[in-house]
Amino acid sequence: MSDQTHMHVDHDIAPGDEEQHSVGGRALGYVVGLGLALLLTATSFFIAGTDLVWQPSIPVALIVLAVAQMGVHLVFFLHITTGPDNTNNVLALAFGLLVVFLVVGGTVWIMAHLNQNMPPMDQIMPMRS
Amino acid sequence: MSMTATVGHAHADPHHVGIVVEHPGPAPKRIVTAYGFWVFLLSDIVMFSCFFAAYAVLVNQTAGGPKGSEIFEQRNVAIETVCLLLSSFTCGMAGIAADVRNRFWFYLGMAVTCVLGLIFLAIEFNEFVDLVARGYGPSRSAFLTAFFSLVGCHGLHVSAGVLWLLTMMAQVFAKGFRADVLRRMMCFALFWHALDIIWVGVFSVVYLLGSGA
Repeated sequence: MSDQTHMHVDHDIAPGDEEQHSVGGRALGYVVGLGLALLLTATSFFIAGTDLVWQPSIPVALIVLAVAQMGVHLVFFLHITTGPDNTNNVLALAFGLLVVFLVVGGTVWIMAHLNQNMPPMDQIMPMRS
Repeated sequence: MSMTATVGHAHADPHHVGIVVEHPGPAPKRIVTAYGFWVFLLSDIVMFSCFFAAYAVLVNQTAGGPKGSEIFEQRNVAIETVCLLLSSFTCGMAGIAADVRNRFWFYLGMAVTCVLGLIFLAIEFNEFVDLVARGYGPSRSAFLTAFFSLVGCHGLHVSAGVLWLLTMMAQVFAKGFRADVLRRMMCFALFWHALDIIWVGVFSVVYLLGSGA
């Protein structure tokens, strides 16, 4: 008889809402987020202007740092977590990210190849006249 | 499993997956409102991704005009970034104060958020005015068009956010911490944090990557 599991689900939590309600605990989350974000920002600005690291690695490092900081903002400021009451929020975010990557990645990919496949314009123009 | 049990759970477990979920009914309005606004924010981020894509395509089309590394001032961008980051923090503090119905900390947090947002806007406005005065307006090259569109669109969002912030302070002043006012405050906090996330993309992709190249 007990091949059915009875689950009582509460509602999901709203994006931005937190599971804990004590003021101190919530404020601490923002302080940690602010500290991490400031650290990542400072690292980004330092990396961008330094000669200490191999130069071609700088753009990759900047993008990685930016993604990390966006993650910090999502977790500590917007309170998007992996908890079961957050599934809807995470799914919406995942779909948004999919569209963002399709738009940005697809545009950059296609436009880069269009430029390569175009005949040089200075040879086209004289033929028209 | 007996037949009666199956019939009894026909509604709770229509596909017989073995898990009976007792639904608690429609979600409270706070969750519905915030979730809807979350979907709007994601669509706003998708819109920004189009501006980012346009910028990435046009960044080298300078048409003999200035490159990014010639017009960007990293010191100003650093100040702007810190302003927006701190304002995100104070906005979170104001949100907590609103939830515990503490007027003093709410007004203080919102006022600091407003001042930091205005400092950000002032620096950005000065940068734009300076560029236009030097002849590097949005019509100078495709790169500058994409730059002004992307950064200006974010600036417009921050301006709208500051107006919304002042409206929220006025609503709390006039109506107190009613449930509907708290819902709007929550949406405002989400909006302000999302703007900060977009700014992370802007200063990384436009200013830092651009000044290195």
